[in-house]
Amino acid sequence: MTLRLSGVGYRYAGAQRPSLLDIDLDLPDGAVVGLVGASEAGKTTLCLVASGLAPRTVGGQIRGHITLDGENVDAWPMHRLSERIAIGFENPATQLSQVASTVFEEVAFGPMNLGVSRDDVVERTWAALEALRIEELAERDPFRLSGGQQQLVAMAGLLAMRPAHFVLDEPTAQLDPAGTRLVGDAIARLAADGASILVAEQKTDLLAEVASRIVVLGEGRILFEGPAAEVLADPRLTEAGVAEPAAVRLRRAAEVAGLDPVRIVGAIA
Amino acid sequence: MAERVRLTEPSPHARGVPTFIGRPGPSAVHRLNPLTKATLATVTAIAAVVLGGIVGPVLLVTVAVLLPAAVAGVLGRLLRLSLLLALPIAISAFLVNLFFFPGGEQVLLRIGPITATAEGLGFAIQILVRILAISGAVTLFYLTTRPADLVVDLERRGISSRAGFVANASVQTVPAMVDRAIQITAAQRARGLDTEGNLWRRLRGIVPIVGPVILGSLAEVEERTMALEARGFARPGRRTLLWAPPDSATERIARWAMLVALVALVAARVSGAWS
Repeated sequence: MTLRLSGVGYRYAGAQRPSLLDIDLDLPDGAVVGLVGASEAGKTTLCLVASGLAPRTVGGQIRGHITLDGENVDAWPMHRLSERIAIGFENPATQLSQVASTVFEEVAFGPMNLGVSRDDVVERTWAALEALRIEELAERDPFRLSGGQQQLVAMAGLLAMRPAHFVLDEPTAQLDPAGTRLVGDAIARLAADGASILVAEQKTDLLAEVASRIVVLGEGRILFEGPAAEVLADPRLTEAGVAEPAAVRLRRAAEVAGLDPVRIVGAIA
Repeated sequence: MAERVRLTEPSPHARGVPTFIGRPGPSAVHRLNPLTKATLATVTAIAAVVLGGIVGPVLLVTVAVLLPAAVAGVLGRLLRLSLLLALPIAISAFLVNLFFFPGGEQVLLRIGPITATAEGLGFAIQILVRILAISGAVTLFYLTTRPADLVVDLERRGISSRAGFVANASVQTVPAMVDRAIQITAAQRARGLDTEGNLWRRLRGIVPIVGPVILGSLAEVEERTMALEARGFARPGRRTLLWAPPDSATERIARWAMLVALVALVAARVSGAWS
C-alpha cells in the first residue's frame, strides 16, 4: 500500500504565497521517510497535507493529487481518511483526548469513534499497547505520565486506528534522550511490522537510525532526497539548515585531523 | 526476545475489557448511577432556592448533601471545597444584602452613608444558605462522580458524544490549566517576578501569569482539534462504548420522584399554596 503525493502545492487561507510547491513523495509499506529542513521549510505543512488535515480541517487551498493505493482521496472526509493515515504531533499532551481517565481508555478512544464492535475496540487497544510495549501503563492516568510515555500512548492511540500510514510531526521535539529512544524504538518496530512512516524530525541522529530515505525541504520545495545514509552525509544538508548527525560530524573532524574516520567512529560505536 | 505483535492481526494476548474500566466506587453513593447523582444535585440546588427561608434549605442540605457525603466518606472534603467554591460569591452577596437591603428599618450598624439593617441581615442569611446549598450539592456530585462516567451514561442514553465531550473536556481542562499556571508561575518567579508581599504586588504579578496561561491554552486548541479529527471524532453515527454505569429500576423511580417533587414544590410556590 502506498501513499503518494503528486505535484502537491498548498497555500494557507489568507497567505500571500504557497507554503508547499510541486511536492512528489511516495510512502510505500515498511518505509520510514525522514523529513528535514530549516525552520519554515514546510515540514509541518507537508505533514498536515499528507495526513489530509490540510485543507480538510485547517482550510486553505491545495493543488495536485494525493492517492492511496492508486485511489484519489481528494473527496474523502477526514474520518474516512483517519482510518488509513494517522498523524501525531509534537506536543504529546495536546494529543490526549482529555476524556479518558486511564491509558487503556485513551488508546481505545479512536476505535470507539470509528464505531467498530466493542470486542474489536478492546482487541485493537490491547494489540496497540502490546505493540508499543506499554501494557503496564494501561491503568495509569495519561496526564500523570512522562512526556516520552505520553508520546507512546499517543502513538498507541494512532496505532489502534489500524492505519497503514503514519505521519509524525517532530514526535521527539519535547522529549529527553530517554523519551526520544522510546519513540525511536517504536518507529522502528512499526516499520518492521509493515507500516509506512513519514517523520519530520530535527534530530538527525534519530533519523540515521530509523529512516530508510530522507527528504530535504527548503522554502516549501524538495531540495534533494535519497537513501538516508547518503543524504545525511551530503554537504548540502548543512546548507539547507539541517544539523548533520554526530557520526557524520565526527567523521569529518577525524578527516580534518588526519585520523582514520572508520576506526574512530567504529571505536565509539 | 519478546514476541512481536503485528499491527494488522489480532493480538495473540487478546483480553477482555480490563477490570479497572468502570470499577465500582468505594461507597454506596459513589456507586449510584451518575444521572441519579446529577438529578439529586440539580433538584437539591433548585429546591433550596425555591424553598426560601432558612430551616427548609438547611434540612434539605442535611438530608440530601451532608448525610450522603458522610456515607461516601467525603464530608470533610465537601465542607472545605464547597466553602472554597461559594465564599467569594457568598461574601459579596451577604454584604450587599446586609447593607443595601431595600426598605430595611431596624438599624443594626451605620458605617458612613451605608446602614446594616436587621431585615437585610435576615435576607442575607437566607441568600447565604441558598448559595451554600447549591455549592454543597454540586460539590457532592463532583466528589463522588467521575465526569467521564456521566458522559458515558449520557451517551448510552442517546446524548450526542460531542455534547458530552465538550462538558467533560471543560471539567478536565481546569486541572490542566492549574498545572500550567503553576509551571508559568515558577518560570516567571525564576525570572524575578514578585508574586509575594502586599496586595498590589500580588495583583501586578497576576498579569504575566494569566496572559501566558490563557494564550497557551488557546494555542493548543487548534492542535487538539486536529488530533481529535485525526482520531475519527467527527465521524457521524454513534460511538462504541466500552462500558456503561449500572442503573436500576429503584434509581429510575427515585429520579422521577425527585423531579415530580421539585415540580410540585415549584407549582406550590408559584400558586401561593406554599408561601
